[in-house]
Amino acid sequence: MAKRSIVPFGPQHPVLPEPVHLDLVLEDETVVGAIPSIGYVHRGLEKLVEKKDFKQYVYIAERVCGICSCGHGMGYCEAVEQVMGLEVPRRAQYLRTIWMEMSRVHSHLLWLGLLADAMGFESLFMESWRLRERILDMFDATTGGRIIFSVNCVGGVLKDMDHALLKGISDTIDVMEKEFTPIMETFLKDYSVQSRLKGLGVLSREQALMLGAVGPMLRASGEGYDVRKLGYEAYNDLDVQPVVAFDGDAYARCEVRLREVRQSFRLIREAISKIPEGPISVPVKGNPSGEFFMRIEQPRGEAIYYVKGNGTKNLERFRLRTPTTSNIPPMVELLKGCQLGDVPLLILTIDPCISCTER
Amino acid sequence: MENTKLLTFARTAFKNLFKKPATVGYPYEPAKFPEGMRGHVEIAGDQCICCGMCMRSCPPGAISVDRAAGTWTIRRFDCVQCGNCVHVCPKKCLTMAPGYTAPDVKKSSETFKASPLPSKPAARPDDGKEAVRPAAQVAGGK
Repeated sequence: MAKRSIVPFGPQHPVLPEPVHLDLVLEDETVVGAIPSIGYVHRGLEKLVEKKDFKQYVYIAERVCGICSCGHGMGYCEAVEQVMGLEVPRRAQYLRTIWMEMSRVHSHLLWLGLLADAMGFESLFMESWRLRERILDMFDATTGGRIIFSVNCVGGVLKDMDHALLKGISDTIDVMEKEFTPIMETFLKDYSVQSRLKGLGVLSREQALMLGAVGPMLRASGEGYDVRKLGYEAYNDLDVQPVVAFDGDAYARCEVRLREVRQSFRLIREAISKIPEGPISVPVKGNPSGEFFMRIEQPRGEAIYYVKGNGTKNLERFRLRTPTTSNIPPMVELLKGCQLGDVPLLILTIDPCISCTER
Repeated sequence: MENTKLLTFARTAFKNLFKKPATVGYPYEPAKFPEGMRGHVEIAGDQCICCGMCMRSCPPGAISVDRAAGTWTIRRFDCVQCGNCVHVCPKKCLTMAPGYTAPDVKKSSETFKASPLPSKPAARPDDGKEAVRPAAQVAGGK
């Protein structure tokens, strides 16, 4: 048996956007085990629900994470609405869906850029992020914020989009789809990208299910599980088919995200064509009393929002289980057997969001 | 490896050689802000009645309203630009305007003069018709 050594990895590392620490157990250059530890960016946001009004907390929920902010605000609002028995107007649900799908495009393009950066393909990284700017500009024009939207409120949404704005989004999506084609082509067909990603960090379907992988990580291993199929918000009107790949390696995870960007473009167009007229929010009376579990599909995977109200303006408990929390055990599994030089890339393929995980 | 190509990015890279930069050279060039951007809070002081709804609804507690002095104060560096104050304001005297708060070396605050409503309604002249409330109602209130 070769001599074992432990190499600390993180919390600060050029490839990591956020701090996570791993103790890598090595035999020569091969990783035989990894012990993750988190806790560098804990902010106690769940506890804050006891101090803030349940309507104010929407703004805190969406600040759990910068990239999934729309989903966190929406998931929290939806959970509180279910507790209070509020019927959100259909137009508000469509608007939420459009913003949610735009968030997915924005999150995946960010991830694709980071992946290209981790591979050393700098120009592809810049190209992905330049395309992402278009989405951020659209957010700025429609919600007033580039990253934190603050459009969700308990009972609906705060801002409406007029016909011209919706047409503008639709036109921008058309342009983006054209610009996205060469990026997708490069990720899927380029020799250097393929030689870096294919066969790396294979996670079988059984392993993924056993370890509780969610989102693109699970779908890349051949399991067609997508929470959007539950039909929350306007998804029951839209044609959502889970994007699945079967190889379970880093390339498959990249392919799933690339195809999901395309799917989101289609869903945004479909939602814009079907959006009904009407009010965008309902008045909220009283305080929430009761509890509810809400599941939504964030760009990174399934997120769970648990809300418990006791009839006062402060909720008793808010619990958020984020996709990265469930993707850490599969990540540790797929690190086993890889080379030390592949560790940064493999950690990146789960699309880790540590600030979400620690809240 | 099947379905593999070489130099897939060469075309894009070549095109980029002749394109303008995608970024803006801020602060040497002015930044473009879209209409409706949530940059900072502005107040029309003459319409503000100092009700304090914005102060109570502000998630980070960046606003303070002094009813006695008739002032409305915001700590710009605590404000998170969520727009909740604008949403709850009954007089609609608060607005979100484009443009961020300029950087500073200390966390300063800005105070605006407001026109508060008098704390008690003005007494009506006694015309002798003032109804005397029944004693039961006075004593048996909530």
